[in-house]
Amino acid sequence: MALSKKYELKMGPATREAFGKALADVGRKNPDVVVCDADLSKSTNTHFFAKEFPERFIQCGIAESNMVAVGSGLAAGGKIPFVSSFSAFVINKGFEQLRVTAAYPNVNLKVVGTHSGISIGEDGPSQMSIEDLSLACNLPGFTVLAPCDEVSMTAAIHMTAEHVGPVFVRAGRSKAAHVYEPGAEFHIGGSTELLAGTDVAIFANGLLVAEALRAAETLDAAGISARVIDLYSIKPIDRAAIERASKECRAIVVAEEHLKDTGIGSRVAQVTTETTPCVMEFVGVDNTYAESGTPEAVVEKYGLLAKDIVTAVHKVLARKK
Amino acid sequence: MTKTSNPAELAAISKTVRRHILEMITAAKSGHPGGSLSATELVVTLFFDIMKHDPANPTWADRDRFILGKGHACPVLYSVMAECGYTPVDKLNTFRQLGSIYQGHPDVRFIPALEASTGSLGEGLSVALGMALAARFNGCPSRTFVVLGDGEIQEGQIWEAAMFGAFHKIDNVVAIVDWNKIQLDGFVKDIMPLDPLVEKWASFGWHVINIDGHDIEAVQKAFHEAETVKGKPTVILANTIKGKGVSFMENNPKWHGSAPSKDECELALKELV
Repeated sequence: MALSKKYELKMGPATREAFGKALADVGRKNPDVVVCDADLSKSTNTHFFAKEFPERFIQCGIAESNMVAVGSGLAAGGKIPFVSSFSAFVINKGFEQLRVTAAYPNVNLKVVGTHSGISIGEDGPSQMSIEDLSLACNLPGFTVLAPCDEVSMTAAIHMTAEHVGPVFVRAGRSKAAHVYEPGAEFHIGGSTELLAGTDVAIFANGLLVAEALRAAETLDAAGISARVIDLYSIKPIDRAAIERASKECRAIVVAEEHLKDTGIGSRVAQVTTETTPCVMEFVGVDNTYAESGTPEAVVEKYGLLAKDIVTAVHKVLARKK
Repeated sequence: MTKTSNPAELAAISKTVRRHILEMITAAKSGHPGGSLSATELVVTLFFDIMKHDPANPTWADRDRFILGKGHACPVLYSVMAECGYTPVDKLNTFRQLGSIYQGHPDVRFIPALEASTGSLGEGLSVALGMALAARFNGCPSRTFVVLGDGEIQEGQIWEAAMFGAFHKIDNVVAIVDWNKIQLDGFVKDIMPLDPLVEKWASFGWHVINIDGHDIEAVQKAFHEAETVKGKPTVILANTIKGKGVSFMENNPKWHGSAPSKDECELALKELV
């Protein structure tokens, strides 16, 4: 057997860095773009924008609740505000404001949470965002995106600026392998089939996309044909791709750097149960908080590597009729 | 709408608005009369005298903005907006009913001329500061007014916003605290005291004006003074009486969030003729 495509997965910049550079680029294109940060611009990478457009950069201090609601006011006043902080802070401390000042009146607010997931490593669980996608999906009217690499994050930030309506984008701290070639196309509500396959479909996003591609290589060597889909648009979700995978592969594994409870796994399962049910397994953070350590050690201990996806695939195939 | 700077005329409009407030809450059998009655002169003076706005053109870019941070007092806002001509007066009594534009708390989905959906306390000041910043970015002369409850400013976000507004010198915002000294569970001094409130706002870098919030001339003067203050935001601490205008409602925490019966409403309306 042979994989439908060979991915080198050369290491690239972190998606937060891609976000910061893309943000400066949308700032050049659109003078209505303004940026708010809560004393983390050096980490979120909004400093690229701040340096180039200091008059359009609004320092909010360590006060995320106020920052989100100020952003909503800016949006209501006709600007295109991007508010950014660590995902754990902007989504948790700002959730009430995201709900009442952004989602409920449906203002054109853009929220970018960096340092998502447990792969931030050393800083530990207080900074690890493992519930952000679920919370963001619980904001009616929000678009929710979780790109996996430089090319897809850059596209996501441009799409976010152009889209009219509130958007949450998830970015990571650690370096991310190149998955896409420059020029690849993305759209809100879309997904990308990175590898064709017929025995099992693996849906992943963020850092787990590269792990899924590595897992597919291992599975291929064992004679198992795995379809790999990058589910970069969490909401709206690509229902057609999920239904097709369920019908054609009749087994699905969902892998994410997020709590399994209420993560994208449950969203994919919702679509399969509404359309064509199939056996499923889930790879994610399992009802716990992680701990400090190197990013590599942490993701290994908490089961977010290619080998964990391979194990889940064997499990789901054993259940497949 | 006909605007006026005449205090007697503004007082007459305030009386009409108070009658609407009582009638709509009575019809709904729920709502918040106390804090609607305390803010009446403040909201009437803003909409009928101070603010630049046009009910025939609610999306006019240069309009002044109004946000009711204490969204539960929406009967006063709905009554004033209806009297201005934004929404129908004869539908005020559909307040809180399914399908009514007069929702239990302000909701821009039902009345697009509202500037913000509120109801969760402590958020309106931040939104107002964001709108005022947008006006500054756009080179637009618009001012943003936000009415806060005194209980509301127990919320921590208010003080995040207070620091933010002063640091960024957002002088096209005026916050008005409806300082009626009562919140749902009782008197503010017994729940979570705010004193010294003048000093608190001043130490956060705001220009503070301390007035009687039922004295229309004092209210007008405060808004004019706020307009002349540059380089810092202004807060008007409006000393008011919860339930103002209805003798048995005044200064009684019971009327924070209970509707009068039909008989009580009739009794109250007799005091407002």
